[in-house]
Amino acid sequence: MRKLVIDPVTRIEGHAKIDIYLDDAGHVTDTHFHVTQVRGFEKFTEGRPFYEMPAITARICGICPVSHLLASAKACDAIMAVAPPPAGVKLRELIHCAQFVQSHALSFFHLSAPDLLLGFDSDPAHRNIFGLIEQNPDMARAGVALRKFGQEIIQGLAQERVHPSWIVPGGVNAPLDSGVRDRILAGLPAARALAERTLAYFKTVLDQFEEEIANFGTAPTMYAGLVDPSGGLQWYDGLLKFRDAAGATVATDIPARDYTQYIGEAAMRDSYLKAPYYKPIGYPDGVYRVGPLARLNVADMFGTPEADRELAEFRQRYGPMVHSAFHFHYARLIELLHGLEKIEVLLNDPEILNKHVRSRASVNSLEGVGVIEAPRGVLIHHYKVDEEGAIKWVNLIVATGHNNLAINASVKQVAQHFIDGEHFKEGMLNRVSAVVRAYDPCLSCSTHANGMPALQLVLRGPDGRVISTEG
Amino acid sequence: MPENISIRIDGEYVAAQEGQTILEVARAGGKYIPTLCWLAGISSVGACRLCIVEVSGVGRLLPACTTPVQDGMSVTTTSEKLTQYRRIAIEFLFSERNHVCAVCVSNNHCELQAMAQKLGVTSVRYPYAYPKLGVDVSHPRYVLDHNRCILCTRCVRVCTEVEGAHVWDVSGRGIRSMIVCDMNRPWAQASSCTNCGKCVQVCPTGALAEKGFAVDEMVKQDHNMTRLTARRGGHS
Repeated sequence: MRKLVIDPVTRIEGHAKIDIYLDDAGHVTDTHFHVTQVRGFEKFTEGRPFYEMPAITARICGICPVSHLLASAKACDAIMAVAPPPAGVKLRELIHCAQFVQSHALSFFHLSAPDLLLGFDSDPAHRNIFGLIEQNPDMARAGVALRKFGQEIIQGLAQERVHPSWIVPGGVNAPLDSGVRDRILAGLPAARALAERTLAYFKTVLDQFEEEIANFGTAPTMYAGLVDPSGGLQWYDGLLKFRDAAGATVATDIPARDYTQYIGEAAMRDSYLKAPYYKPIGYPDGVYRVGPLARLNVADMFGTPEADRELAEFRQRYGPMVHSAFHFHYARLIELLHGLEKIEVLLNDPEILNKHVRSRASVNSLEGVGVIEAPRGVLIHHYKVDEEGAIKWVNLIVATGHNNLAINASVKQVAQHFIDGEHFKEGMLNRVSAVVRAYDPCLSCSTHANGMPALQLVLRGPDGRVISTEG
Repeated sequence: MPENISIRIDGEYVAAQEGQTILEVARAGGKYIPTLCWLAGISSVGACRLCIVEVSGVGRLLPACTTPVQDGMSVTTTSEKLTQYRRIAIEFLFSERNHVCAVCVSNNHCELQAMAQKLGVTSVRYPYAYPKLGVDVSHPRYVLDHNRCILCTRCVRVCTEVEGAHVWDVSGRGIRSMIVCDMNRPWAQASSCTNCGKCVQVCPTGALAEKGFAVDEMVKQDHNMTRLTARRGGHS
């Protein structure tokens, strides 16, 4: 038996390593996706006053701090047993949409576009954002501009682009200035045009990736996401819904506090990332996925016209339940468009300028759960406090965690299909990394981590000898 | 009547009165000396060592807030050596406890942070002690986080000298010193506490804060303290 090691896996957030085992004929027999870091936020926040949790847990991630801020603030709202004022909720939704725009732009343009636009087999030395700038400067510029647009909205609302302290328990700490609203509105048409152009272009190149579409994590799984009572997609505030692989709703209208009845967490022997599973089915068969593709599979509609038109086309092409992980990219681009549409809707709501944006209270409940859709999927913050408000216990289930079992299965599928140990080429390993990238995992978010370089891929032979490493 | 004397500060002659400290005379003369534990209206203890100055003929550096002036004294308030020692004092404060500005309620409103910036402290050259310290959240309105305490004892002095309650004290010695409440009880059980909040408002860092303030939000109202003591006839 030989072993291939991809170590580290590149162009992802956080650090991981993939081991690929080959038999004597050079065929893949098994794969292991290891997340090689531990963060510890669940433990070292014990004893802190609960209202500090949004700021502390925001430090889990520099890419999607807003997601952690929102999930944490919602858990704190539950501990205070208050509802933020309507304007506070709308402002939280607005910053969340801006976060989706910048995060999805980063994932598509900066991390995955080099594979999709330069080719999986292109020279690894140029298969990165700089290669993209050289070969397709318009596409690279669109990526930078969309990310900038999202980040500037965050800065306009919260005064800071990364780790803003504006989102607080009970709402947000300052109302929206009408000048900032007008500035964002003025920039929207250009951002919309870039998102529409990119989506249109992506649809024209899809046919080049038939083999990847057919082999990138196509095993049917369940899906989970947040929806509103009419079945529409919700990013900020919805009820959890599970659909099975055939599209039947198996659990719906699940309020945040009841998540433990549906989601169990298994500890993995060879990874710091736990593996959540659908409890009624159990581990390891209760595999479900979250994130852009899962949301499209779980929700009936977006609720904004352009995104709904794109969703209809997506379903026309691939059916109501789409399983190929390759289509996370497609789903992400539709969501990017939806985010921009939603920003416009929110900004045109006169309520958004209301000065009453924060509710205040102390501890009224000893337990609180906050659930949101982060760009990468369902994010759960669950806190228990004592009567004075000190944190006693914390559980964080981060989007990438939900996808752990599915990523493992996808890595195996891609490795088995593409890797031929006898005629080994770098592009084969890149496809293994690329399926991980499709999920846009944030591994540093999901394990609570320090040290170590980014995703590693190791290819080992039957005697355990390392044949190749990528990273 | 105190006797009028004359001293030199950074080479300039300044009129002073016997019994005044170097800091008082310097401030009256418009000279800046950095301070952290010193607060107008309460006694001085020389705990933080930021106000150290050079005095001609004295081999060691002296804290300006507790050193009385003497006739003919020549004081230097600014020098390369003093800046170095003041930076070291700040670095020791940072390394001694767990000061994480990014997630602190007093971020951007903290005297320790502001002083570090003012003195050009860009890194801490000493290993962090990372002590395991608790947070007293028992009080219904206020919270004490020992991780952010620099043992300046402003809380101890204001509670004793202004409020007259003497809730706070210092237990232990050296690096093990801790602020304690009513013979080391949780704050909520301190029967002597009047819940006035003076200690919170004079605390230079986020160690003492009002409950419910998120990161960056705790702005201290220590000017009220200065007004209060001035009305009572204290020095300001």
